[in-house]
Amino acid sequence: MVTEERTKKNSEKKDPVFVVLQLSGGNDFMSTVVPYNDPHYFEFRNTVGIPEEDAIHFTNGYGFHPTMGPMKAFWDEGNMAIFPGTGYPSPNRSHFRSMDIWHTAEPETLSSEGWLGRTIRELDPHKNNVVTGVSFGSGLPRAMYLPGTPAISVSELEGYGLLTSLAGKQQRQAIKAFTRMYAPEEFEEASVVWDHIGQTGIDALTGADMLKTAPPAYTSTIEYGGDALSQSLKGIAQVHLSGIGTRIFYAQLGGFDVHGNQIQMQNQLLDNMSRAVRDFFDDLREHNASEEVIMMIFSEFGRRIKDNGNGTDHGSGGGTFLIGDRVNGGFYEEYPSLAPEDQLEGDMHFKHDFRSIYSTVLEQWLGVNPSPIVNGAFDQFEGVFNK
Amino acid sequence: MTTTDTKTDIKLIGHLMRRAAFGQPATELEQLSSTKYETLVNNLVDVDKFSRPEEDLLERHNLQHADEESTQWSAGRWMYRMINSDRPLEEKVALMWHGVFATGSGKVANNPMMRVHYEVLRDYGLGNFRDLLVAVAKDPAMIYWLDQQMNHAEAPNENFGRELLELFSMGIGNYTEDDVKECARAFTGWTKSQTIPRYPGGFYPSEFVYNPEDHDNGIKTFLGETGAFNGEDIIDIIVRHPATAKFVATEIYDFFVSDDPNENHIDQLAKAYEECNYVISEVLRFLFNSDFFKESFFEKVKSPAEIVAGTAIQAGRHSNPYEFGLVKLPSKAANMGQQLLNPPTVEGWHTGREWIDSSFLIERINFASEMIGDTEAPKVKMMIDRISRNISQISMTDLLDSCLYELGCIELKETSRVILFQELDVKDVVEINSDSFNSLVAQVLRLIVASREYQFA
Repeated sequence: MVTEERTKKNSEKKDPVFVVLQLSGGNDFMSTVVPYNDPHYFEFRNTVGIPEEDAIHFTNGYGFHPTMGPMKAFWDEGNMAIFPGTGYPSPNRSHFRSMDIWHTAEPETLSSEGWLGRTIRELDPHKNNVVTGVSFGSGLPRAMYLPGTPAISVSELEGYGLLTSLAGKQQRQAIKAFTRMYAPEEFEEASVVWDHIGQTGIDALTGADMLKTAPPAYTSTIEYGGDALSQSLKGIAQVHLSGIGTRIFYAQLGGFDVHGNQIQMQNQLLDNMSRAVRDFFDDLREHNASEEVIMMIFSEFGRRIKDNGNGTDHGSGGGTFLIGDRVNGGFYEEYPSLAPEDQLEGDMHFKHDFRSIYSTVLEQWLGVNPSPIVNGAFDQFEGVFNK
Repeated sequence: MTTTDTKTDIKLIGHLMRRAAFGQPATELEQLSSTKYETLVNNLVDVDKFSRPEEDLLERHNLQHADEESTQWSAGRWMYRMINSDRPLEEKVALMWHGVFATGSGKVANNPMMRVHYEVLRDYGLGNFRDLLVAVAKDPAMIYWLDQQMNHAEAPNENFGRELLELFSMGIGNYTEDDVKECARAFTGWTKSQTIPRYPGGFYPSEFVYNPEDHDNGIKTFLGETGAFNGEDIIDIIVRHPATAKFVATEIYDFFVSDDPNENHIDQLAKAYEECNYVISEVLRFLFNSDFFKESFFEKVKSPAEIVAGTAIQAGRHSNPYEFGLVKLPSKAANMGQQLLNPPTVEGWHTGREWIDSSFLIERINFASEMIGDTEAPKVKMMIDRISRNISQISMTDLLDSCLYELGCIELKETSRVILFQELDVKDVVEINSDSFNSLVAQVLRLIVASREYQFA
C-alpha cells in the first residue's frame, strides 16, 4: 500500500527546486577548474599554481582542484555543467559591490531588491507559502530580500521557534499578542523597516511551525560533516524531503579571499565544499528526491591571473557550476584565454553575463519569465537541462 | 511617578543613554536628570573623567576561559564592559569602528592579537582619526587580516591598500586603480613579527615591525600628490580629503543617529570633523548637542550587541564579576547575526533593516523576553518593587506605563497598547498583593520586549 502510494507520488512531476551555493570572498576559478592546455597558466601562477600531477584530470586539458574528488563524480555521471568566464560589463573588484551586483542583478544602479526575492514572488504571487524561499546559515542574503515577499532564514533547524521558553497559557497568550502586534496595519503610515519587521515576525512564526516538522520525519544513512556548510545542506535536504513546498534554497561558504596562503586555504575550503555537496546529492538520491533539484555554485568574482607571490588579488571573471540529475554535463563556454592580449586589466576576460545563467535557470528550469527578474533579455544557454 | 526638580527631560536622557551608551533603567535616569544635558554629554564624551571597570575578579572567577585565550572569552569581557563600564561611549565607539575596520578571528585565529585589535579600536576610537588609522595600519591583527605582511617592495599585495581607501576612509569612486597600487607601494615594509607557534603554551601575541629593507622608497603619485611617500604620508593625505570627512560623518550618523541618511545632517558632521581637526570625540560632542540628534528617537534598529548588553542592563544581569554565564552572551549576539570579534567579511555587518530576518528576529525576541521575564533578575525585582511601592492596587494602564518607564522611558504605539490590554485578559484594576501579580508584570515586560518597538533604539 505504502509503497504503491509512494511510487505513484514519485511518478508525478515534482516542482523544480533551485539551490544556490554562494562562495563568498571571490573564489579563484583558475585553480578550481585548472586550464592546463593554456601555456600561460604556469607563467602567471608560478607560486600558487596547481602542479599538473596533483590535479584531478577530468577532460582533455582540464583538471579539478586536488580536493575536488567527490565533485568529479558529478562530471563523470554527466551531471555537471561548467561555465568558465562568468562576469558582467565594467567589473567591480569590491567584494561588497560585486556581491550586491550578483544579488540584485543590477550592475549599474544601487538596489536592495534581490533577484531570488523577485523569483519567489513569481513562483508564489499570492504568498500562499511563506517557506517558498529558505536560506540556511547566518543571515538572509540580499538576493532573497524583496519588500512584501516572505523569505525564511534559519540558522539551525533544531529548536527553531518563537517564545519557546514559555509554556501553556502564557505561551499561547504571548504568541497571540505577538501575532497581532506584528500584523500589518491598514491605516497607519509606517516606515519600510517597520513593515519589514512586522512581516518578518509573522512569516517567522508560520515558517517555524512548518519547518519544525522536518527533522523528526527525517532519517538517512548519509553522515554529513560537522562543518557549517554540511549542516546547512543537511537542513536543506531535511526541508526538501519534508515536502512543505520550498522551491528556492540558499547556502553559503565563506573565506575565499585568498590574498595569502592560497594553497592551504583553498585546500580546506574546496575540500569542505566538495564533500558537503556530494553528501547532499547522495542524501537526496537515497530518498529518490534528487531529480527535481539543481544547484548553482557561484562566487562574486574570480581573481587576478598573475599571482602575488603567496595568493591572488581581486579579479573579475570567474566561473559558475550547475549540478543536478537533470543537468546535461559539459562545458558551456570556451575557457577564457590567459594570454596577456586577451586579459581584461590583468583578469580573466568574462565570456558571458551572469544574468545569462540566471535567465537560463529561471526560464528553462523554474519556468518563469526571466525578463522582469534580471531586468532585461539575456542570451540563454541551450540544452543545459534534460526533461 | 513623582517629578523631581528636573533640569533635563528624562525621556531625552533615556534617548541619549540608549545611543551614547547601552541604555539605562529609570532608576539610573532619575539620578541623571538633575544634571544639565550638556554636562551629561561631556561626562559621556570626556571618558578620562572615569575609570574603566576593575576586571581582576572577573578573570579570577573565569580562569578556565581566561587561560585558554579564547575569542569567545574576549568577546564576553567586552560584553561585561558594555554592561558595566563608566565609560560606555568608549565601548560604543569601539563597536562602531569594529563594523568599519572589520577584522575577524576566523582568519586571524590568534586571540591575543584579536584582544589587541579591540583595544586599538577602544583606545584610539575617540581620538584623532589620523592616529586611529595609523594605529589600525600597525595593528598585527589587521596586518594579518589583510595580508599586509605579504606586501613587499618587489611584490606588492594591494589588499590592505585597497581596503584602506574603499572601506576605511574615502570610499569607492574617489580614487583610481592607480591610487590603489601607489597606496600599496607606500605600505610595503609594514609588517608584523612572526607569531610563535601555538604549542606549547597557547597563543602568543605579535607586534608591528617596520622593515626598511622591504620598503619601496620610490616616488609615488597618490591622489594627485607626488613624493617618496611612506604609509603615514598616505594617511595624512587621506584624512584631509573631503571624501574622508563625508565618510567619517556618514559612519557616525549611521551608527549614532538614524538608519535613514540625511545629507544635510551628515554635511554638518563632516564640517565638524574638519573644524575640530579630525578628533572623533569632538564630532560626537557636536552631534549629541545637535537638534537633529535630540529629535531622532527610535530611528535605529538596535544591533545584536545593543539588544544583548542593553537587555542585560535592564535586568541587572552580569553587573558583578561572579555571575555565571557571561561567556554565553557573545553567542547570543552571534545567533542574532553579530559575532563580536568575528565579522562576516571585511565590510562588516549590514545594519538597519538587515539586522532583522526571521531567524535573527526569533533570537532577539527569545533572548530579551527570557531575560526580562525573569522575576529573580535583580533589576526586574527592583522594577516590581518600585511599581508596587505604597499602593495596594494598580490600573492596567498605569501598570503598562510604569513598565515602559522602568525600561528606560520607552514607548509603545497606541495599536500595540490596545492589543496588550486585550490579550493580557485581566481586569482593569489588579491587586498587588495577589500571587499572580509578579507573573503578570513579567508577562507585561516580556510582551514589551517582544514588540516591534523594542527592536528600535
